[in-house]
Amino acid sequence: MLDRREFVKHLLRDRGDLLVIPGLGSATYDVAAAGDHPLNFYLWGAMGGTAMIALGLALARPDRRVVAIPGDGDMLMGIGSLATIGVKQPANLAIVVLDNARYGETGMQESATAQGIDLVAVALACRFAHARAISRIEEAADVRALLHDAKGPILIDARIAAEDTPRVLPLRDGHAIKHRFIAALNTA
Amino acid sequence: MHTPASIETSWPDAIHRQFRRTGIRQVGYVPDAGHSRLIGLCRDDPDIADVVLTTEEEGVGLVAGAALGGQRAALLMQSSGVGNCINMFSLLRNCGFACVVLVTMRGEFGEFNPWQVPMGTITEDVLRLCGFLTYRIDHPDDVEQIVSAGCDMAFDGDLQIAMLLSQRLIGPKQWTR
Repeated sequence: MLDRREFVKHLLRDRGDLLVIPGLGSATYDVAAAGDHPLNFYLWGAMGGTAMIALGLALARPDRRVVAIPGDGDMLMGIGSLATIGVKQPANLAIVVLDNARYGETGMQESATAQGIDLVAVALACRFAHARAISRIEEAADVRALLHDAKGPILIDARIAAEDTPRVLPLRDGHAIKHRFIAALNTA
Repeated sequence: MHTPASIETSWPDAIHRQFRRTGIRQVGYVPDAGHSRLIGLCRDDPDIADVVLTTEEEGVGLVAGAALGGQRAALLMQSSGVGNCINMFSLLRNCGFACVVLVTMRGEFGEFNPWQVPMGTITEDVLRLCGFLTYRIDHPDDVEQIVSAGCDMAFDGDLQIAMLLSQRLIGPKQWTR
């Protein structure tokens, strides 16, 4: 099992032009903990919508690489969006699910992935170009390379340990997060 | 340029013209009989990415993502789809994303299916509670002007605008017993 903070830090190392959409809850805290960046669009709500926000962005900016980082609860709530993304085949989009098989924000109740519901199989059935599960930190470098270079859509099911981590709280004002992101994207 | 009269009087064509005028580049939709011509026009338009959604709620995320990337987007849905979006609409207000929604109404004038009535009769109230300005369109001649104004208000002011195409305008769904 991966340590979520260590994994996300590896994932976003030397991130270059990467546009990052972390899902609400721990995923947003993990991305903030890896280092605040104006091209992070932190979510504090919109559960189930993380992958779709990434799709809209990926379609608008085919010249840039986009990664959505939802938790497993977020991805399961928006599981239909894997079909939507599969239809559009965005080559510049990756989804990295931080999968602890738990609803971490609400008391660590088990999610469907705890019972073997397989997000990788769903993504492959939805015509994702690449989908795999990882559980060792040694695989993080491979995944990072995929985010930057491989033809999407990509889904990585990152099996992380179900541990409580200290909250690292980024900006919470949605207007501020949006304007900062757009300003950075337009000047980069 | 000469335009055939039949095109000028087609309200889906009028909406598509306004989409082009205002530079809408992404259109998300769940297929709907009332929107079928407009969906076809968007699909055939090389400047518009059409995104078929599994649920209307996905479209809210699409609109937000498009805006982050500097593109304008619109959503097409049936009145029942509005109910599927309620929580996700929070994203629009929290961040001030412009949003244009064209809603084909069911559950009102001439509706054959009573299962459409509960959502159809609360659709406009739900949109208002979610922060949308709503404009109801009953006559084909009003479509272009209202959609034009609605798109401008949305994108000039980062507002959420819903335009409700009444069942009387669309015509009741034909049903064979």
